[in-house]
Amino acid sequence: MKPLDRKWVWIGSLLLLAVLLVLPFLVKNYRVFQFNLVLVYAVAILGLNILTGFNGQFSLGHGAFYAFGAYTAAILMSKYGVPYWATLPAAFVVCFVFGFLVGFPALRLAGHFLALATFALALAVPQLLKYKKIEGFTGGVQGLVLDKPQPPFEFRFLDQPLSSDRWLYFFTLMVAALMFLLAWNLLRGRVGRALVAIRDHPIAATAMGINLPMFKSLTFGTSAGFTGLAGALGAIAVAFVSPDSFTVQLSIFLLVGLVVGGLASIPGAIFGGIFIQYVPNIADELSKSAPAAIYGVLLIAMMYLMPSGVMGGLHRLWARLRANSTG
Amino acid sequence: MEALLYQVSSGLANGIIYGSVALALVMIYQATHHINFAQGEMATFSTFIAWALIQAGWSYWAAFFFTVAVSFAGGLLVQRIVLRPIEKAPVLTNVIVFIGLLLIFNALSGMLFDHTIKAFDSPFAKDAWFDTKYFSSHQVGSAGVLLVVLFALFAFFKYTSVGLAMRAAAQNPDSAMLVGIRVSWMLGLGWGLAAAIGAVAGMMVAPIVFLDPNMMAGILLYGFAGALLGGIDNPLGAVFGGLVVGVLENLLGAYVIGTELKLTVALVLIVGTLTLRPDGLFGKKVVTRV
Amino acid sequence: MKLRTLTLAVAGIASMAIAGSALAQKKYDPGASDKEILVGNINPYSGPASAYGAIGKAIGAYFDMVNAEGGVNGRKIKYITLDDGYNPARTVEQTRKLVEQEEVLLVFAPLGTPPNSAIHKYMNDRKVPHLFVATGATKWGDPKNFPWTMGWQPNYQSESKIFAAHILESKPNAKIGIIYQNDDYGKDYLKGFEDGLGDKAKSMIVSKLTYEVTDPTVDSQMVSLKASGADTFFNITTPKFAAQAIKKAAEIGWKPVHYLNSVSASVGSVLLPAGLDNSVGIFTASYLKDPTDPQWQKGKEWDDWLAWMKKYMPSGDLKDVNIVYGYTAAQGMVQVLKQSGDNLTRDNIMKQAANLNMTLPMLLPGVNVKTAADDFYPIERSQLARFDGKTWALFGKVYGR
Repeated sequence: MKPLDRKWVWIGSLLLLAVLLVLPFLVKNYRVFQFNLVLVYAVAILGLNILTGFNGQFSLGHGAFYAFGAYTAAILMSKYGVPYWATLPAAFVVCFVFGFLVGFPALRLAGHFLALATFALALAVPQLLKYKKIEGFTGGVQGLVLDKPQPPFEFRFLDQPLSSDRWLYFFTLMVAALMFLLAWNLLRGRVGRALVAIRDHPIAATAMGINLPMFKSLTFGTSAGFTGLAGALGAIAVAFVSPDSFTVQLSIFLLVGLVVGGLASIPGAIFGGIFIQYVPNIADELSKSAPAAIYGVLLIAMMYLMPSGVMGGLHRLWARLRANSTG
Repeated sequence: MEALLYQVSSGLANGIIYGSVALALVMIYQATHHINFAQGEMATFSTFIAWALIQAGWSYWAAFFFTVAVSFAGGLLVQRIVLRPIEKAPVLTNVIVFIGLLLIFNALSGMLFDHTIKAFDSPFAKDAWFDTKYFSSHQVGSAGVLLVVLFALFAFFKYTSVGLAMRAAAQNPDSAMLVGIRVSWMLGLGWGLAAAIGAVAGMMVAPIVFLDPNMMAGILLYGFAGALLGGIDNPLGAVFGGLVVGVLENLLGAYVIGTELKLTVALVLIVGTLTLRPDGLFGKKVVTRV
Repeated sequence: MKLRTLTLAVAGIASMAIAGSALAQKKYDPGASDKEILVGNINPYSGPASAYGAIGKAIGAYFDMVNAEGGVNGRKIKYITLDDGYNPARTVEQTRKLVEQEEVLLVFAPLGTPPNSAIHKYMNDRKVPHLFVATGATKWGDPKNFPWTMGWQPNYQSESKIFAAHILESKPNAKIGIIYQNDDYGKDYLKGFEDGLGDKAKSMIVSKLTYEVTDPTVDSQMVSLKASGADTFFNITTPKFAAQAIKKAAEIGWKPVHYLNSVSASVGSVLLPAGLDNSVGIFTASYLKDPTDPQWQKGKEWDDWLAWMKKYMPSGDLKDVNIVYGYTAAQGMVQVLKQSGDNLTRDNIMKQAANLNMTLPMLLPGVNVKTAADDFYPIERSQLARFDGKTWALFGKVYGR
């Protein structure tokens, strides 16, 4: 990269950081709550991306892992009094194990078959959560109401207090940054190359000595862990979990966010999160009688304009600008 | 004993429904190598059109055939207009567009025909000669219709040149083009046929489950499962898969695990079967060159 | 002396006048002004529960009529309704938008138990009226712990207790089979029923089966219920599945004593598709007039309702009882606003909501709307009815307070 470009990247990044830190104090609390959800979905989509984008295993059931992470956090907080930040590693571990276990039968399934199996998982999750034998833990159909975490210290900036929402936003921002860093580190090295190799040329990858079953299952586990952690963050932010919060629609939305953001792209997850958080609201404003239809139209339009997602579109734009500037 | 027979027979009857949907899915898959998630909603929309025609005074069979024709045209148009721009795009992009179509058709059904359930008459009279204790005349009639469609499809793919061209276009579009097959039109044709089959499925289903915009939501999953269990490229297998899913769903729910964990059990079943036979019960093993 | 008395008198009158005008002064909380009152609402306009979106639309249409006729105490109702797709996370978001961004005076008739559970604490922490929630769950009438939340319709448990009481009276040796939707609605009805039967619940109930909204049919459950030997049937299903259940029972030749929950008791939307002949003898307990029931399709109330439908909700389905629900609830809301007069503070809104005593045109005769400081259940009465092939014939006493 030319030194001039480097400078622009630095300036851009600092600007972005400033915006992320100052913005919550410029807008109302409920908007900060929305930003928080964007970050949560971005981490969830990042998890899905590891599995589907980088490793080519289709999952239509990641909502299940999100739900398990959310319920892990909720049960720990409401039944065992665990502080909210301590539930995050627990959610990651629980979902990692669960995802790893799911990864084994998934080894035998490919493409559509895996999609069906994960779709069935997503469908079964609400029913599982309502099962009366575990109602004592899960709260059954009524769900669990959580206490919203309070900021640990007083702080005022631009004449606005550090409210619970703002504190949670910064907390989520820190965790999300950490997760993105982890993912980037994981995927840019040998592991990332192995994942992509498995996706594109599985037979060649095996021939090269990559232990396919182990890798694929571990990927499933890691992916589930990421999305489960996002679920825990989501549960803390919304302060409520119930089986109806985690229907198959969630899994579909995560997939939508993945494709809209861009497959196999880490920053794409953020655009995906923005899309699935805000576009339903836009659809709602455009039409009360059929907001889902508007959402469908916007989805299709998005796919026409940017078939490789936002990141794909941005790459094309960047390439064109560079071509113009040099040509 | 009587209860068991009733469970099996109503499972088979449901299985016929799943099999019909599975057929439409197989049709689309054979033609395009995609699974159309919007299949159920399109079928529901077609059924609403038939209902509206019957309300307006048309006779059943006139409405039936008109709806099938309109659905064929509609499916073709959807492929030509909505899907052609992204023919070359990655698989998941297509999947997202299918999801968009699903949402649009579902919302359109709700908006145009509202959500109160509608009775849809069966063309098979209640006291027809083939009405039996365990299978109502409609269920027998639907099975007959399904068999007709199944064999027509089977013959189409195996014995006609258009059918062959369609399979070639789906399997190897580049080679097919070289041989002179108009691949794009084959895709459109496939969509049209799938939409037509879906319309038939919808019209056979509606008298049993009642017509409302969310009629097909539950059925699509079981149809999907049936299609995959039977082998996604095998029409006969798909129907058989649908029947298996229908019967097992009932028997498991009634005798084994109870109704509270039915979906979970279905999940375990599907995963289990596919783990043992990854290409489905009757699917052909796909051998790829290294 | 006289002058002093006069001065005192004038001072007295003057102070009373000032005090009086202070009383007559308008008081506003966020969302109220001289010109308009902001009323917030959340409904599922998308997703699997979108059938209930008709309620949100009906409320809007009713407010349109009220505004066209001059508004409430000279103020127009500005109705802001948002979609939550029956997803509690989204309900939280939309409620916060209504309260923190749109700054509504109150939130009226949000729909569904999980969505309302998600915002229950928030509304009470924020001290914003959470009025006439559109669900039959029993937990909304708890003024001690949640003074800002109030229910509306007869709760599900009280309805099933009526059925239980009737069975104990008329058929104490009944063998009961139950089908119920596997969610809060189904389980709430079931609980009330089992509580109503008391000690005899275990011995009387021979089979309890669930179904999911994603199930295509309930045929399998119906077969199992018949096989269990039950001769009495409590049908806790939503309209589509209720019709399927009635039809299947007839097909397999099962003729139990049939109790149908009021959610699915519409003549035109459920019994007609299922077969009117198959439905003869079914019991239910209602509080609203069924718009497809011929006995209510006359009189001033009917004419008013029909005229309102034609003018303000022309695309609405005349058979849809959800619209009647929205119409009636909106009337309740307007009454609260009327009673609040110029004191449009959130405190006073709750006070007036807890001070209702009236009847509404589309409620069954004998059913009223009554609240008090310790009674946050506005509608509690309902009456048993038996379907005679054409209409729901009401019988017996009116249950409930």
